[in-house]
Amino acid sequence: MSDVNYKEIVHNGLWKNNPALVQLLGLCPLLAVSGSVVNALGLSIATIVVLVGSNLSVSLIRNAVTDAIKLPAFVMIIASFTTCAELLMRAFTYELYQILGLFIALIVTNCAILGRADAFACKNKPVPAVIDGIMMGFGFSVVLVIVGAIRELLGNGTLFADMHLLLGEFGRGWTLQLSENYPGFLVAVLPPGAFLVTGFLIALKNIIDSELQRREKLRQTQETEAVSRRVRTTGNIT
Amino acid sequence: MSFISQSSPHAHATNSTQKVMLTVAAATTPGFIALVYFFGVGVIINLALAIIFSLALEALVLYLRKRPIKFYLSDCSALVTAILLGLALPPYSPWWLIFVGCIFSIVVAKQLYGGLGFNPFNPAMIGYVVLLISFPVNMTLWTAPVGFANAPSLAEAFSSVFLNAPLDGYTGATPLDAFKQSQGETVAEIYQNESIFSDAVIAGAGWEWVNLGFLLGGLFLLWRKIFSWHAPVAMLVTLTVCSFLFYNGGSDSGAPVLTHLLSGATMLGAFFIITDPVSSAVSQKGRLIFGACIGLLVFMIRHFGNYPDAIAFAVLLMNFAAPFIDYYTLPRSYGHNKSRRATEKVDV
Repeated sequence: MSDVNYKEIVHNGLWKNNPALVQLLGLCPLLAVSGSVVNALGLSIATIVVLVGSNLSVSLIRNAVTDAIKLPAFVMIIASFTTCAELLMRAFTYELYQILGLFIALIVTNCAILGRADAFACKNKPVPAVIDGIMMGFGFSVVLVIVGAIRELLGNGTLFADMHLLLGEFGRGWTLQLSENYPGFLVAVLPPGAFLVTGFLIALKNIIDSELQRREKLRQTQETEAVSRRVRTTGNIT
Repeated sequence: MSFISQSSPHAHATNSTQKVMLTVAAATTPGFIALVYFFGVGVIINLALAIIFSLALEALVLYLRKRPIKFYLSDCSALVTAILLGLALPPYSPWWLIFVGCIFSIVVAKQLYGGLGFNPFNPAMIGYVVLLISFPVNMTLWTAPVGFANAPSLAEAFSSVFLNAPLDGYTGATPLDAFKQSQGETVAEIYQNESIFSDAVIAGAGWEWVNLGFLLGGLFLLWRKIFSWHAPVAMLVTLTVCSFLFYNGGSDSGAPVLTHLLSGATMLGAFFIITDPVSSAVSQKGRLIFGACIGLLVFMIRHFGNYPDAIAFAVLLMNFAAPFIDYYTLPRSYGHNKSRRATEKVDV
């Protein structure tokens, strides 16, 4: 497999096969911790670390593990990396770790990670596997952070609140306040808000896709028309 | 002389969606008049804003969906949704509250599901519940039913609706709030202590007339055969039986039967909300079950729950259950021996 198409890996991870919007994998963390940007970003980083690490390891051992024990081996690898991420967060961003709590540990069960290990990493060399991990992780993270931003903005009227939990003193003054007496649209922070916002994002992606498709089709028909102008058909000849 | 033979049915349909919807809208008049009489111009402003926002949003979404705007607007279903939402919201609500309610009623609950006839939930109640759990402070801020003359003036009403100025001197607990907040007192003590019961001791000043108004409108609709009696009667009977069984003569703060029947949104719910043909159960037996379960839920949430009133929650929960009820209550079709489940295979 020397002819790996990196462009396609990037396109797959970020757009065409986006884990959150198209595969709808990892919905549990996506819906549960996307209440604010800082939560979303914290979980995103942890997920990317685990995803890249597991993709790399799975790819390295892909020829040494038989199919029969493939899945247990993958789960063990993912669990190890999740534990690492959990311990790291506990060491460096303890307050954020307390907020995210169980959802860090639940990265193990994130189907997006096991899915990539099984579908891509165990069939490819380490370098493409790592790039796939990074891109899939980014695709997931971007959606997670966007959902977090929309929910935080609608629900609390703030953006980037409490960023110091993740970035230390550097991020303390980042909070943007929408207006002094914003009433707070609670539904956005409650679970229904997560479903609604994710649904609208999926719809937006589908609209963009169908618009792109329409243009592509239009371009193709124009091209074929230009070529076949001299062919006589019944009907109108322009 | 020509003999044109027509096949049956020979009856001429006089009901169109538009006519039904306009009849429903007209039937809210007695309740609306009672609300305006007791709560003042805020009710009119509520209703006007809700109607304007709803029709505008409906037109906007129809335009985005590339559907004929005039055709769908003239079925007046958005008008009815707007009226029901406007009547359910506390008077003098700020404009943005009504706007958000209309977005969730019309855009999310109705049009995103495919428009009239495809909405699994009652649109007005979705709007109401979203507002109730998002803005609990604004949604529980009812003014006291002091009568039109003593209600906030037009200027005060406008500053409350558009400038977010609070109407401090006018707000008061609704009868069901009073019962919810005075746990531990006896019914007689509640009647004595809460100012809302000083003029009327059945269900709180004003509220009983509002409910009687909606009852009148509902009976009118029943007479016009806009809906069958099954769901409203089942709901009111269940509510009556439950509140009668749990009323122990007033030695604790459980509300008496008439309070349950004539305060809050009981009558509005019974005749205008749960009779929505789209989101309720279909068969007559199904509607009996549907209505009875709503009555039971309303009583349980009012009596044991945290919210003073429960029509919206009960209706939405039973909207969820309506397809399930339909599945088990498919009527026996003519020529068949026994009724069957909706998905059962038929031997041919």
